[in-house]
Amino acid sequence: MVEHGDIRVVHCGGSKLNFRDPVITHDSRFLLCASGEAVKVFSTSTEECIHELRGHTGLVTGVLLRPSNHLQVYSSSLDVLLFLSSLFCHCGSSNSSCNTHFPILSLFIKRFQLVAVHLPQSGDQLVEARELSAVLSGVNPNPAAIAFGRGGEFIASVNDLQLEVTYIFKIQGGWNTFTCVACHPKDDCIATGHEDGKIRLWRNFNHKKEYTYSTLHWHHSAVSSLCFTPEGTNLLSGGVESVLIQWRYKQESERDFLPRLGAAITHITVSPDGSLFCTSHSDNKITIIQSCVKVSAVIQGLVKGDIRTDLMMDPRSKALVLNGKPGHLQFYSLQRDKLLYNLDIVQQEYIHESGLQQFEVVKAAFDASGLWLATVEERHQKAAELELNLKLWAFDEQTQSFVLNTTISAPHDAQITAMSFRQTADSQTTLLVSTSKDGHFKAWQLAAPAHTEDEGPSWLCDFVGAYHGLVPECCSFSADGSLLAVAFQEVVTVWSPATWELLTTLSQPPGAVSDLCFGRLSCSKYLLGTTASNLLCCWNLLTCSLEWSTSMDVRRLLVDPLSENMAAFCYQSGSTDLFVFKPSEPRPLFSRKAVCSGKVTQAVFAPREEMLESCEESSQWLNRSQLYFLTQQMTCFLFSPLKLVIDDSVAMTPFYLLLGKHRQQQQEHRDSDSSLWAERTALPQTSASIKELLQTPAHVLPSTSYLCSMFVQSLLISVSDAREEKAHAEEEMESEKEEEDSEEEMESSRSKPELVAAATESDAPALTKAQARELRRVRKLDHSWLAGLLDS
Amino acid sequence: MGEFKVHRVRFFDYMPSAIRTMAFNSQTERLAVARADGAVEIFNFNDNFFQEKVIPGQDGRAIEALCWVGHRLFSAGLNGEITEYDLENLRPQYTVDAYGGPIWTISSNSQGTQLAVGCEDGTVKIFAILEERIQFQRNLNRHKGRIISLCWHPSSAQIAAGMTDMITIYDAETGQATRRLLVDRAMGASKNKEVVVWSVGYLSDHTIISGDSAGKVQIWNGLTGTLVRTYLVTKWDVLVLSVSKDESSVIAGTSEGTVIQFQFISSTLDQHDKEWVRTRTFRNHSHDVSALAHTDTAVVSGGMDTQLVVRPLLDKVEKNTQESALRKIAFPHRSLVGCAKKAGLLLFQFPDRLELWKLGESEGHGEQHTHTHTLGEDHICCSALSACGGWLAYSTVSSVRLYRIHVMISVSSSLQVPKLPKELRSVHQLCFSSDSSKLFASSCQSSVIVVAVSQQECRYLHTLKHKTVSTMLYRLHLLCASDDGKWLATANTDCEIHIYNLHKMKLHCMVPVYNSCPTTIAIHPVTNNLISVHADQQIFEFSLVQKEYTQWSRRLQTQGLLSLWLERDTPITHITFNPKNPDHIILHDTYMFCIIDQSLPFPELNAVLWNQMTLKNLPVSQRIGQSHAFKICKIFQHLMCVSLLEDLSLVVVERPLLDIMSQLPAPVRQKKFAT
Repeated sequence: MVEHGDIRVVHCGGSKLNFRDPVITHDSRFLLCASGEAVKVFSTSTEECIHELRGHTGLVTGVLLRPSNHLQVYSSSLDVLLFLSSLFCHCGSSNSSCNTHFPILSLFIKRFQLVAVHLPQSGDQLVEARELSAVLSGVNPNPAAIAFGRGGEFIASVNDLQLEVTYIFKIQGGWNTFTCVACHPKDDCIATGHEDGKIRLWRNFNHKKEYTYSTLHWHHSAVSSLCFTPEGTNLLSGGVESVLIQWRYKQESERDFLPRLGAAITHITVSPDGSLFCTSHSDNKITIIQSCVKVSAVIQGLVKGDIRTDLMMDPRSKALVLNGKPGHLQFYSLQRDKLLYNLDIVQQEYIHESGLQQFEVVKAAFDASGLWLATVEERHQKAAELELNLKLWAFDEQTQSFVLNTTISAPHDAQITAMSFRQTADSQTTLLVSTSKDGHFKAWQLAAPAHTEDEGPSWLCDFVGAYHGLVPECCSFSADGSLLAVAFQEVVTVWSPATWELLTTLSQPPGAVSDLCFGRLSCSKYLLGTTASNLLCCWNLLTCSLEWSTSMDVRRLLVDPLSENMAAFCYQSGSTDLFVFKPSEPRPLFSRKAVCSGKVTQAVFAPREEMLESCEESSQWLNRSQLYFLTQQMTCFLFSPLKLVIDDSVAMTPFYLLLGKHRQQQQEHRDSDSSLWAERTALPQTSASIKELLQTPAHVLPSTSYLCSMFVQSLLISVSDAREEKAHAEEEMESEKEEEDSEEEMESSRSKPELVAAATESDAPALTKAQARELRRVRKLDHSWLAGLLDS
Repeated sequence: MGEFKVHRVRFFDYMPSAIRTMAFNSQTERLAVARADGAVEIFNFNDNFFQEKVIPGQDGRAIEALCWVGHRLFSAGLNGEITEYDLENLRPQYTVDAYGGPIWTISSNSQGTQLAVGCEDGTVKIFAILEERIQFQRNLNRHKGRIISLCWHPSSAQIAAGMTDMITIYDAETGQATRRLLVDRAMGASKNKEVVVWSVGYLSDHTIISGDSAGKVQIWNGLTGTLVRTYLVTKWDVLVLSVSKDESSVIAGTSEGTVIQFQFISSTLDQHDKEWVRTRTFRNHSHDVSALAHTDTAVVSGGMDTQLVVRPLLDKVEKNTQESALRKIAFPHRSLVGCAKKAGLLLFQFPDRLELWKLGESEGHGEQHTHTHTLGEDHICCSALSACGGWLAYSTVSSVRLYRIHVMISVSSSLQVPKLPKELRSVHQLCFSSDSSKLFASSCQSSVIVVAVSQQECRYLHTLKHKTVSTMLYRLHLLCASDDGKWLATANTDCEIHIYNLHKMKLHCMVPVYNSCPTTIAIHPVTNNLISVHADQQIFEFSLVQKEYTQWSRRLQTQGLLSLWLERDTPITHITFNPKNPDHIILHDTYMFCIIDQSLPFPELNAVLWNQMTLKNLPVSQRIGQSHAFKICKIFQHLMCVSLLEDLSLVVVERPLLDIMSQLPAPVRQKKFAT
């Protein structure tokens, strides 16, 4: 087998937004959250992702604003690096980093010192506060279990049945397990959440151990997050009930509720001015709430739950479709890494309680044109009872969404195992086949209404088929829709949908057939099937005989709708291998060992919007479509050829002509002049920054005056002698923010060697900001009169 | 352990009455509890919460408030009288009518010189406490409406009185009302419904704390008369408040059965501005909490559900010790069941009547009810049934009655013995000798009166007395006669056990004094050893002949009892012996009965005490190695009596707590989650 090095697996979004609690910036305009290996910056008002801070190679475990400069942010990750990056640096890369030698589990700020939770190799976990060297052993890895008290004077940490207040004592929590902890910003009061839904406020924890507590009880399940507002007037709590509760501090009988937040609350944060609350939810969603009354924005990531449906592509919107919120299908745009919408399938109120059996969407299928969507929902009330609903949804052009057309309750007597639409070009004779564990497969057809005029066409059962009482496991239509293959355990039956005649049976014992696929285009005479005895078989339908078979443990067999290629994910010794092949050719087009560890549960071919003109043989199979797959950890990956076409060319606008010309000049300047000043002025004019400037949405752009000044500057700077004066003009027009930013940049670059050496942040700026500004103003003063004096 | 035929008796429908109020005396560590039937019980908190004394109640006497003044106990009730109790002879010493209608509350000042009572007619009456009596001094200025609650300022200069809709502060010297604090009516309810201030507390920094019928606990500044904080703690009533001695904590009992603690703490550790903060909630009752006491280390609460609950404050006691365990006292610490071993009769003692039951003969037949005595207005303090079943004696505060009983197959009759010797007037404990020829009665001054009873007459024989060095004479609360009729053992509440020789009619010896009160004593029929069990669960065996502790007792003391045994929270109330096997001693508390086998070794200190079930599954050879002296059976719960009849059948009298609970009135309605 040939190993192809030029195709790589790319992480393509859909990563967790709710892994750690998000951070709101001081002005409440931006929200930072750890998302996979990057830190995403969202706008709190528009819900848009503004940019990503990249640089980590491991899972980001903590994000924190730097207290001394709120435009800089610390981030930690499992890759033992600690980054300090500027929030609005356009390149988005980190400014400085240090190696901590330990994978960091979470980050805390105590006054101006960084505290990191480590996971050393020795096994037990430590909290290490730098320059404080408080070491707690046996710390809960969940960051909700550690909090810093008033002014950072003590650390409270909970673990199972203990509340530990560093330097003071430990509190045995009695009979209910702690889940989270929060400290009051002003008072000596620790709030702890418990498994049984109680919140305890601990007070008076002096050295005589005369601590006392009061209990607040509203939650019926475990409290998952607690947060005090910055002034300490309110306490926020949340749990699986998906209700945000605001308790008045010291008047705990008064409380406000914000119900129906959609999913269990995992983290709660409050903006530094207390105006915005932000809740992370278990369905990978961040809700931004204005003063506990109104949900103002929802940032929704890929909903990660129990995926029961296959991964599908909506043929119209090219969105990935899979189980979303409970009872919903989500339409997720992978290109934009954004959830388009959720389609409510079950249309019943979801009750937020663990252990309750509710309706779940288990199967879904699109027809080729994307006009029809079929869904199956089921509920296991008890072992014997099974409630099944088959729903058919028609796409409504006007509302641009799916509208329920037909609901068939109890379409089968037992669980539906597979469902498939006939993939024909003419949409008149749409046909749906469902197979069930009751031993039948049923064909459903769109039929005109019989008696009344006001009803539209609805779906009716057309044919019920069975084969020797065996249980059908899967079904597949051929590409032209003329053949239907239904696998009854070891036997594959081929039917003609036109006449419902059993044409032939194919069998390759032992082992039940688990997956069936017809070949496409030139390979349409082939029918491929995988069996439970780790066999991949290929039948030739013309001869009705086995063409070839090979022994591999195929978990997932996919067919590319736009080519004859097929993809097989094989699970072997703890990792998954991928083979891409044509049924007619003996050699695989592409194979890759150990694509990822663990099993690949779902995968899909997504057609490309425009065809790629790749000439390399190994990556040709990716020309027409992309292959996405989902691992057990619910991260979405994409196969992509390495040779990414970087869209470097900016459109030929007058701006471009100007800037392009200027850039060349700038290049020459930089060669000759290597002063810091030149670096700084050159910075906004590099191609990347201009590109970003032109591509960023209008609402996140800096003020027009600032932009203007930049262009004016680029127009004027042509003679290097005049630069000094121009720079003055520019400097005065710069906003205050930019000024601070640059200052911080300089400072951090200056202190970089220290950082690496001591692995700590020094917080001793020699001059205050006011002083520095004064100094700069003095420097900017026109001293030419002095020269005039000297001359005369 | 042996096998017994068991009479499982569940028809003793004993019903304790609701706890109305309580008062804690921190000097003597005694808690006085008043019940709805007028009985007053004294618990000794120093001695494992042992119920030392019970003053029987009386029909028509309803106690509303209790008050300790030094060692003296006063009560007041809705009959308008103030009563002082004679705590040695367990009866009311005298009563004084306050002439103000029903009395709702009574409170003494901190010096113990004055007693204030709040009356229905709106007056606060001040009584001076003199030696042996109290004397009316004056009325404070009268207000319309009744005085529900009272509290003295620690300086005795002011009194806060809770009334309907307001709290009034009186100057105790002049009797003038200096301030009125108006209490808000309940929110949501109709404005016409007036709010009753059920309880007030007056702290030394002039903070007034009130609990009212609108469910509020309010903190007032008594100097300025302003409201500081309001805590809405329940939808129903806050019935009672109690302040700790150091005034750093207040507890409030509500109609919902919860007790809520408020603490005076500073919000940040290094600062001293303290404030009242609502802290813990204790939920140990199903009904109204109408009585509360805040001891130094625990919250003691009682109410409609008749149980006394001692909830230690975990910040004040060492954790995971016996001290930190929650204690519920549901049954009296004495035996209310008498058993005639020869005749198979059971005597059940109720406050106002006696029931005599005959045990059934065979498996098929149940036991039959034979007789009920209903009595006058005084409640019974003790009763006794002779072993032959022919005699029954009981005593109230004022009189003793003796009955001769004829039990036929189906009917039975009782005949009151008309003439009793005049010495038998007021007794604390009654006991028949084993041949039913003599009746022993513990009388005042720690003496025992011996009366010969026969068909013809009832004759006074002798008074047994012991000489003591101390002038205080303690009441005998336990009597026990030996089977052979030679010995009589008595125990008093000062922990002394005396042995009398009945042949010589004089004191034989005194058992060395142990510092815990004996809860039951018994004399072994074969060896004539005295077994005594004390409130701290220790067991002693004393040889009457040799006048010393036996070898077994010494071994037990050197090895020590298992902590599992010592941590039981109900005292042993009865001891019987197995006539077939003299090594077996049968004793029981509320939750288990135990057969102590004196021939077997004591368990190892780390051994499992309740191992009868595991022993059953072991092969015989191992069983011997594993078995130890304590054989414990927990099949029967809430035991009132375990006794072994002459035909070796075991009588087990149970009173399941659930049956008691089901007879209580319905609690206040509470919203239950998910209903």
